[in-house]
Amino acid sequence: MKSNQDTPLLLRKHRTEEWIGRGYTTICVLFLIVIIVSIVYFVATKGISTFAIDAVSLSDFLFGTTWSPDDNQFGALPFIYGSFLTSLLAALIASPLSVCAALFMTEIVPSWGKKILQPVIELLAGIPSVVYGFIGLSILVPFMRDTFPGQGIGVAAGAIVLSIMILPTITSIATDALGALPRNLKEASYGLGATRWQTIYGVIIPTVLPSILTGVVLGMARAFGEALAVQMVIGNAPHIPTSLFESASTLTSVITLNMSNTVMGSVQNNALWSMAMILMLMTFVFVFVVRLLERRHKI
Amino acid sequence: MKLKKLLLLTLTLAFAVSLAACGNKDNTSNSATNAENNNAGKSETAALSGSILASGSTALQPLVEQVGKKFMDKNPGVSVQVQGGGSGTGLTQVSGGQVQIGNSDVFATEKMKDAAAAKELVDHQVAVVAIAAVVNPEVGVTSLTKQQLVDIFTGKITNWKEVQGKDQAIVIVNRPSSSGTRATFEKYALGTKTEDLKGSIQEDSSGTVKKLVTDTPGAIGYLALSYLDDKVKAVQYDGVDATVDNVVAGKYPVWAYEHMYTKGEPDATTKAFLDYFMTDEVQNGDVVELGYIPANKMQVKRDEAGNVTK
Amino acid sequence: MKPKAADKLATGIIVFFALLIVAVLVGMLGFILFRGLSHISWDFLTSGPQTIREGGGIGPQLFNSLYLLILTMIITIPLGLGAGIYMAEYAKPNKLTDAIRLIVEVLSSFPSIVVGLFGLLVVVQYFDFGFSLFSGAVVLTIFNMPLMVRVTEQAFRSVPKEQKEAGLAMGLSKWKIITSILFPVALPIIVTGTILAAGRVFGEAAALLFTAGMTTPHINFSDWNPLHHNSPLNPFRPAETLAVHIWKVNSEGLAPDAVQIAAGASAVLVLLVLIFNLLARWLGRALYRKFTSIK
Repeated sequence: MKSNQDTPLLLRKHRTEEWIGRGYTTICVLFLIVIIVSIVYFVATKGISTFAIDAVSLSDFLFGTTWSPDDNQFGALPFIYGSFLTSLLAALIASPLSVCAALFMTEIVPSWGKKILQPVIELLAGIPSVVYGFIGLSILVPFMRDTFPGQGIGVAAGAIVLSIMILPTITSIATDALGALPRNLKEASYGLGATRWQTIYGVIIPTVLPSILTGVVLGMARAFGEALAVQMVIGNAPHIPTSLFESASTLTSVITLNMSNTVMGSVQNNALWSMAMILMLMTFVFVFVVRLLERRHKI
Repeated sequence: MKLKKLLLLTLTLAFAVSLAACGNKDNTSNSATNAENNNAGKSETAALSGSILASGSTALQPLVEQVGKKFMDKNPGVSVQVQGGGSGTGLTQVSGGQVQIGNSDVFATEKMKDAAAAKELVDHQVAVVAIAAVVNPEVGVTSLTKQQLVDIFTGKITNWKEVQGKDQAIVIVNRPSSSGTRATFEKYALGTKTEDLKGSIQEDSSGTVKKLVTDTPGAIGYLALSYLDDKVKAVQYDGVDATVDNVVAGKYPVWAYEHMYTKGEPDATTKAFLDYFMTDEVQNGDVVELGYIPANKMQVKRDEAGNVTK
Repeated sequence: MKPKAADKLATGIIVFFALLIVAVLVGMLGFILFRGLSHISWDFLTSGPQTIREGGGIGPQLFNSLYLLILTMIITIPLGLGAGIYMAEYAKPNKLTDAIRLIVEVLSSFPSIVVGLFGLLVVVQYFDFGFSLFSGAVVLTIFNMPLMVRVTEQAFRSVPKEQKEAGLAMGLSKWKIITSILFPVALPIIVTGTILAAGRVFGEAAALLFTAGMTTPHINFSDWNPLHHNSPLNPFRPAETLAVHIWKVNSEGLAPDAVQIAAGASAVLVLLVLIFNLLARWLGRALYRKFTSIK
C-alpha cells in the first residue's frame, strides 16, 4: 500500500463497499447453512423420537413387514422395499431410453436431432407431477389392467410413470457428457475404420459411462422422493409385493396418505417422520454416490 | 448503485413482511379495523368481532367455508378463515391453541394419544356423514349382510359368486389405516378392525376411490353418501338402503358425526358461530345442500363408545 | 453379425427410442390439451370454484399460483444472487467452500415432501404462520435457492477474466466490479435460469399441501391492502395453487364437472409451464443480444 494521504475518501468508500458486499453475500450463504442445519435437526429429532420416546425398536421398524398402527406394529420394510423397487425399475426403464435420446442428439443427427429432442426433454421436465399422476390414472392404469394380470394399479404402473418423470434428468446429463467429448477420440475411432455403432459402443459409451451413471443416480434420487404421482397409481397396500402388477407402497406414498390424518406426537405420526428421515438419509447417500462417480470421472 | 437500492428495497420488504406477520398474529386489532370499515351493517350482532380460525378435516371443510362466509356476511366484524390439513392436523392445532376450531371426522379421544389434551377439547357435532359400501355395477350384487362384508374385507370371500354375484375376483379399494372414513366403516359396518390385505388398493380420497371402483372390474369400496351417483352401485346393508331417511330414523347404522372441537368453552364469537351452525337455516340449508345429514334432525344419538339412544 | 449390419440395427434402435420419447410427449401433451382446451374460457379462468354445483372456475387458484411465484421470487432472488456471488467471487478454494457446495447439492436433491414436512413442522406449526402463502413461499425458496445459487455462480464464472482484470486495473473495489461490470454480463444467463427455476413453482404440489394449504378463503378482489385478511395480497392467508387444486379436484371433487375442471386446469398449468420455458429462452437470448451488441 502506498501512502493514502491523497485518496482517503475513495479508499474509505471502497472499504464500505467491500464491507457491504462481503457482508451481504456471507449472510446469504449463512442462510443456506441455517436452512440445511435446521432441516436435518428438525426432521431427525422428530424421526428419532419414534425410537427414543415411543420405544419402537429400530430393527422392528427397518425390517418388520407388518404395518398396523392400531396394534402398535410399525414395520416399515414394505415401504422401504417399495421405494427402492420402483426407483430401481424406473431407472432401468429410463436409462436406455435416455442414452438413446442423448446419442440421437449428439451422434446420429447432431444437425437437427437436438432441435427436436431438446425442447421435448425440457417440456417433459416441466410437466408438473400432479399432471403425470392424472395421466397415469387415466391412461396407463386402464391400459395395464387390460394388458396384464392384476388391477392395473401397482408397482409396474408406478415405475413407468416415474421413468417418464426421470427421463429428462438422465438425458440432459448424458447429452452434456457426450457433447463435451473431445472430437479427436471419435475421429481416431472412425479413422481406424470402425462403424458408428462400434465407435459408440467401444469408445464413446465407456468414456462417458461415469457421467451417465451420475445421471442415473440423480434420476433415481428424484424417483425415490417423488410423492403424488406415485401415490395415485401404485395402490398403496402396506405389503411387500410378490408381483410387479400388485399394489404396493413407497415411503412417500404412505407419508402423504397418513400424515394429515394423524395427530402430531402420536406414535404413528412419529413413525411417518422416521420415514421422512429415511428419505433424507437416502438423499445424502445419493449425493455421496454422485460425488464418488464425479471423482472417478475426473481422474 | 442500483443494486444498493435493490438491497434496500428487499430489506424494507423483509421488514414489512415481518411487521405484517406481527400484525397478523394480533388478529383482533386487525379485524377491528375491518369492523370499522363495515360498521354500517346490521346492528343486532354488531357487538361480535374478532377472528375465527378453523383447520382440519378436508371432508368438513367445504361446509365450514360456506357457513363461515354467510356468517361473515351477517357479522361484518368477524373474520372466519378455514384451512384444511386433515383431521389430525385440526386436532393438533386446536389442542396447541393455534386455531379456535379443529374440524375432525372422528372423536378426538380416538385420535389423540394424550388423553388429558383430548379431554380439554369440547365437542360440537354439527353434521352427520353416512357411508355406504359401493361396488362396481357389473358385479351383480345389490345387498350384502354384515357378515358378508366382514368376510370380504378380511379376505375370506374373494369372488363375487360366493355372494350371488357373477364369477369375478373381488378387488378391495380401502382407505389407509389412519382414515376417519375407514374407522367409521369398520366400527359401524363391520364391527371389527380389519388388516390391510395384500394386493388391496388404498386411497385416501373419495374421488379416487370412486374412480377406481367405477373403472376396476370386481371392485368394492365405501363412500360418503354425497359422492354416490349412478357410476357406482351402493349396496344395501343387511337389506337396508343407504339413504338419508334411513340414517335419520336410525335404521341404517353406518354413519358418524362431523366434529368441530374447541379448546375449552369457546369465546363469544366462536360460540356465536357454532350456534349459528345449529340453526335451522344452516342445518336444513347448507348442510343438506353439501350432502351431509343435519345433526339436529337425527332421531337417534350415539356416544363415543357407539351406544345408540333414541 | 457384420459390423455394417450391427451399425444399421443399432442406429435403427436409437432412432426408434428417440422417436418414442417424442411420441410419448406429443401423446401426453395432446391428451392434456385435447381434453382440457375445450373447457378453457375467460369465465373458467376468472371465476371462483364451486363446491357442488357445475361451472366452477379456477380464478383464485390461478391468482394464487402467480402471487406465490412472485412472493417466492422476492425471497429467493436476493438470497440466491448473494450466495451465488459469494461462491463465484469471494469463496476461497478451501474445505469450507467445498462444504457449502455440498450443501447446495444436498438441498437441491431433497425430496419435495421432506422439505414440505419441514415447512409444516417449523413454519406452519412452530412459528405459527399457519397454512399460508408465506409458509408456501418459504418452502419453495428452499427448493429454488440452490438452483439460483448454481445459476448465478456459473453465470459469473462465464464472464471473461479480462473484464474483471480491467476493473481491478481501474482501481475499483471488488464489490463495485461485481455490481457494475460482472453482473450486467452475467445477467442473461441469470435471467434465463431464474425464470426456469420460477417455473417449478407452478408444478409443485406435494410440499404445498403441507404449507400453503388446500383452501382458498373468500377473497375480495377489490381490496388490495395486503394487511386485510381477505385481500388477495395478504401473504398470511391460506392459498390453494393450481397444482394443488388439480390434486384436490381429482381426489375430493364433488362438483359434477370435476373431471372437466381437472382437465382444464391441467391444460392451463401445462400451458403456463410452456409459456415460461419459451419466455426464459426468448428473454435470455434477447438480453444476450442486447449486451453483446453494445460491446
